[in-house]
Amino acid sequence: MLVLIVLVLASFGYILVRRRAIASVGGDQRILHSLPSYYGSTALMFIAVPSLLVLALWLLIQPMLVQNAVIGLIPAETINEGSSVGLVMSDVRRIADGLDTAIAQGAITSVNAASLNVETSNIRAQLAEVGVALGSDVAAPVLAAAQRYRAMNANGSTAMTLSVLTLALIGFALAYRMTTAAFRARNTVEAGVKTLLILAASLAILTTVGIVFSMLFESINFFRMHDWRDFFLGSKWAPNFRGDSDLSILPLLWGTLYISFIALLVAVPIGLFAAIYLSEYAGPKTRAVAKPLLEILAGIPTIVYGLFALLTVGPFLVSVFGRGEEGFLSVEWMSGATAVLTAGLVMGIMLIPFVSSLSDDIINAVPQSLRDGSFGLGATHSETVRQVVLPAALPGIVGAILLAASRAIGETMIVVLGAGAIARISLNPLEAMTTITTRIVSQLTGDTNFASPETLVAFALGLTLFVLTLGLNVIALYIVRRYREQYE
Amino acid sequence: MSDTPVTKRKGSLLVQDARTIKRNRAEKRFQMYGIAAISIGMLMLVILLTTIIARGTGAFQQTFITLNVPLLAEKLDKKGNRDLADIKKVSTFGYAPLMQAAFEAKVAELGIETDLKPKKMAALLSKDAAAQLRNFVLENTDLIGETVEFQFLAQSRVDGYLKQRVTRDSIAKDKNINATQLDLVDALVASGHVVKKFNLDFIIGSDASDARPEAAGMGTAMMGSFFMMLVVLSLALPIGVAASIYLEEFAPKNWITDIIEVNISNLAAVPSIVFGILGLAVFINYMHLPNSAPLVGGLVLTLMTLPTIIITTRASLKSVPPSIRDAALGVGASKMQSVFHHVLPLAAPGILTGTIIGLAQALGETAPLLLIGMVGFIASNPPETIAEGLMSPNSAMPAQIYEWAKRADPAFYERAWGGIIILLVFLITMNAIAVLLRRRFERRW
Repeated sequence: MLVLIVLVLASFGYILVRRRAIASVGGDQRILHSLPSYYGSTALMFIAVPSLLVLALWLLIQPMLVQNAVIGLIPAETINEGSSVGLVMSDVRRIADGLDTAIAQGAITSVNAASLNVETSNIRAQLAEVGVALGSDVAAPVLAAAQRYRAMNANGSTAMTLSVLTLALIGFALAYRMTTAAFRARNTVEAGVKTLLILAASLAILTTVGIVFSMLFESINFFRMHDWRDFFLGSKWAPNFRGDSDLSILPLLWGTLYISFIALLVAVPIGLFAAIYLSEYAGPKTRAVAKPLLEILAGIPTIVYGLFALLTVGPFLVSVFGRGEEGFLSVEWMSGATAVLTAGLVMGIMLIPFVSSLSDDIINAVPQSLRDGSFGLGATHSETVRQVVLPAALPGIVGAILLAASRAIGETMIVVLGAGAIARISLNPLEAMTTITTRIVSQLTGDTNFASPETLVAFALGLTLFVLTLGLNVIALYIVRRYREQYE
Repeated sequence: MSDTPVTKRKGSLLVQDARTIKRNRAEKRFQMYGIAAISIGMLMLVILLTTIIARGTGAFQQTFITLNVPLLAEKLDKKGNRDLADIKKVSTFGYAPLMQAAFEAKVAELGIETDLKPKKMAALLSKDAAAQLRNFVLENTDLIGETVEFQFLAQSRVDGYLKQRVTRDSIAKDKNINATQLDLVDALVASGHVVKKFNLDFIIGSDASDARPEAAGMGTAMMGSFFMMLVVLSLALPIGVAASIYLEEFAPKNWITDIIEVNISNLAAVPSIVFGILGLAVFINYMHLPNSAPLVGGLVLTLMTLPTIIITTRASLKSVPPSIRDAALGVGASKMQSVFHHVLPLAAPGILTGTIIGLAQALGETAPLLLIGMVGFIASNPPETIAEGLMSPNSAMPAQIYEWAKRADPAFYERAWGGIIILLVFLITMNAIAVLLRRRFERRW
């Protein structure tokens, strides 16, 4: 609503200032420094940008300030056993929202709502009437906090509306006053646009910062509740929602690395040979057909691979390695469809185009003169590839494999559906194991309580995953870049 | 020349010595490895696609049972004044007896011998059938009192029996169906009252609970995906283009620009689930945006797609030759004008192609959606306004597929594969548009 007002004001400003600019030179546009539309745009910018920026910031900061103020009102004893500040705060929020709904529906007047009292009225029943269900009866401090919350929010909204509108008006006045024939409107607009471009570009940094901080804070919370030695050095993963769980990353890390290893075992030879054939042997026609077809594999969503692992590859592997006498090999090595091998094989298929496309580019970047030299000495094509091209391309190929590995470690859907949920350290690829990403999903879906280590561990896992993949990526990108420069 | 006598010598060009033969064999072998690798890749693609099609097409067909239902006025509209509010008071339980009676009548009419009780007969219908009939009556109140021919959804076991998923052997321990009921189904199939036909509800309907796989559809999830893509398009495209213009055209070469560039290439390789954690922590826990809302999903996917869009946009900006910029500057345009009036329009096809590919990627992404709660059963009707579509809880296509894949009833697996077909149709269409655009507008300078 407020946004709409500001925008309407801004378009008015555009028209008025543009008109004023033309009027200031008596209708002769040639005397103006810039095109008339630039004067209008100045007004648009002056009115809309600062006020909307303040609006956005306000919406971000107000909840934080209000929350801090309200938490101070809740005495420690109200936060009883098994509960937490977060839970009480969500109660406070629900009551405050409920009161607002009640007023909006006319069930209580706003004056009554402000003077509600735990002793004289049953708030839970009153709120239930307007469709707001509360888990328990309302305690006095919680109600007080809710009232305070409402009051602060209401004050905040009023102040926000006022300041945003004032800013918009000041911007308008400024733009209007500055508009004269000599005013360099185009330069002002362009400087403004450039600032916007810079802001857009720095969003990438903001995202990274957001990722790191959102996980870092919760991870610190986690390590306050849980011993870091158990997390990094323990050997058991057994979350227990009554508390006192064993939360160690090692079994998960093992599962992750084992599955990634199998995936690379599938993807690297196939991808590398495909890349060599495509870049060294295949004619342009074969290349034009085969390369895009292989890359389709990279475009298929991972959920499809996950389903493929769970419902096709898994049962197939069971019929080969399991089922005792009925099975293909008459052995009883595999009991369930979800296993390290299932997830690894399917992930390997997914990674083939990653390895092949990247290696293809890198092999193509090897200068032709190296090949010609080798041919001139009488080497066959395959000898040239093995003894000249591959060693020259090796650093780049290693970079490509590292990128594929980082992709494998961070892959989620295939392992969620295909790898199983049992955390263990074992060498048998036919057993179910679990990975870091799988556990993040299972700890953070469903009803979560952001005060228990069982939930917060997901953030520590996420941070580890982030650091792991980031490290691999940085090394890989560094190698690839170094390598490219070598031949340029 | 061809009849010139050839003198055979050891190690000539015409007769290979042992070592050359060995080397040439190695050459052949090496080439075969390459062909084999490519063939394996192709084979996997073919297996994957045939599996999807073979398993998924069944979901687009559903078994229906045709019955003549007498819509008794004394049951459905006791007051007899055809007031919609009164008719609405009759719950689905009120409709069940009508359907049982209709089933009994149909069996008697066809002269099928069976010792099933009417209730057991009606159990062949979907649990959703009563609601189906009720909705029909609420829309056509003038038909009350008449007998209408109605096609009911059959329950999933009957559907599976017609699709050969359920066999007489496999139902031995199944409490949902028994052999006598299947005999009745056989008889009804013979008389043409049980038919398999195209099921539009799978494409436009919403998800159904665990017990009613036959009624589940993709429609609502499709709406969720649509609204997410709307958010992604309206945020990622302008921000991505703005960022690329700055980095490609204006940025000075200094350490800040370097940091931004390294950042973008790293973000492109960050696992998608990490973006999900970011979304959960920032958008839901901190900003208190509603859980499971397509708006949040769209924001997370925007952050994920941004690097892709920035990278492709920069490539297409780079491909516009500098002479264009120089010419614009030469006739007195400012740097900003040369970029916005000349370079950007010329780079637009490339940007569009990159954006479509980025959107296609975002459309298939699942992992971050799991963390922000876009899974789980949501029995909602499709949203009516844009704001509702953005803010009210919804699912998304890949999340819906995941949800079905997790359920125990194999009938849902068929729907998951069917959902994948729908998802892939969208992806293929988007990629085809991107390729066509590139072909149509690609310019070689």
